[in-house]
Amino acid sequence: MTEQNASKTMLERLTREFQVSDIKQRKPGLTTISVAKDMAETLIRELRDREGYTHLNFMTAIDYIERGYFTIVYMLHNYDTRSTLSVHVNIDRVNASMTSIHTLWAQAWTYQRELRELWGIDFPGSPRIEEDFCLEGWDEIPPMRREFDTVEYCERTFESRDGRETVDPREHMHEVIFPQRGGDN
Amino acid sequence: MIKSLNTESTLENAGLSAEEQDLFSNARPKAYEPYPIEAVENFANWCRANSLWILAFGTGCGAIELRPLMTARFDANRFGIAGRPTPRQSSVFIIGGYSSVKTLKRIVRSYEQMQGPKFVIALGICPVNGGMYWDSYNTIKRLDQYIPVDLYITGCMPRPEVLVGGLVELKKMIKEGRCDGANRYVEKFDWYKANQKRVIKNWNMPDYNW
Repeated sequence: MTEQNASKTMLERLTREFQVSDIKQRKPGLTTISVAKDMAETLIRELRDREGYTHLNFMTAIDYIERGYFTIVYMLHNYDTRSTLSVHVNIDRVNASMTSIHTLWAQAWTYQRELRELWGIDFPGSPRIEEDFCLEGWDEIPPMRREFDTVEYCERTFESRDGRETVDPREHMHEVIFPQRGGDN
Repeated sequence: MIKSLNTESTLENAGLSAEEQDLFSNARPKAYEPYPIEAVENFANWCRANSLWILAFGTGCGAIELRPLMTARFDANRFGIAGRPTPRQSSVFIIGGYSSVKTLKRIVRSYEQMQGPKFVIALGICPVNGGMYWDSYNTIKRLDQYIPVDLYITGCMPRPEVLVGGLVELKKMIKEGRCDGANRYVEKFDWYKANQKRVIKNWNMPDYNW
């Protein structure tokens, strides 16, 4: 109970000092919060140095193409309270750029290289950010952006072999695997 | 500078810088010609079949199936099969499953570094037609577009028993002289090279010789 109170106090303080919004407890031990882009690095530094969130589980990006922004997710873990805090930061999709956190966790630059290559998000100052990571010599739009048509690219680039058949799993189950059951009811 | 003995045509090596041009030969690959006496060639094939050295290069999830192959349970040594750490010493290249474009570059490089006679086994469904990666932006669908494949072992994943079965089949094929993948590579070299260069966009290595 005390831990829950401590967590509540901490979140209230963060809301006051860093304008943290959208605080949601997803399940015991996992809370998500949102913060503005210019406050993000300070908040994460605060969480690491003063609140015990010493471990960066991972960082990744979500492409909300309909709403016109990327959400960068920093998943932080506190070993003392065994709680995970997910910090969400919305950044603009056009000329996407974000503050680098490689000064907080050295391993973050690997994630940042990946984000730059797969989503096209720039992290100025991050080590080796310009280098190729998984895709060598990639000259299309970054493949994890949702406007990238993977199937079309794949058909254009790679030769396929004849004889491969694709069936709709739903129809196949109705017609071939469970024909006697008939329909959804 | 090493000049090609084949004066008919040489490779451009366009991916290399001016300094590197001198370091690599620009000769085209040569086809293997069997011994004129058939019995000698048969004997050579028998020898080749009984000392298959696998290149220890795990190129996909199927590489995990190669490890138990060498252990006591499956014991590939009884077939004269051993792992080698370098392409120069190996004769069998097992492509263990899917290969991304980045890996394909290393596969081509390792394959060309291998000395003849050399044989390629494609393990799993992914090198056949893409398998579960049929719509992946970074995984090739057909391996035989890029390097010649002698034997396919399909499945996802094939168990080591099937791999042993495939290697026994490969031995049979070598003894009958049916493994001509390396010669196919020489014959259709330009076709293979064009396919490789279409997907490997940063071609910064020599075209054939290492």
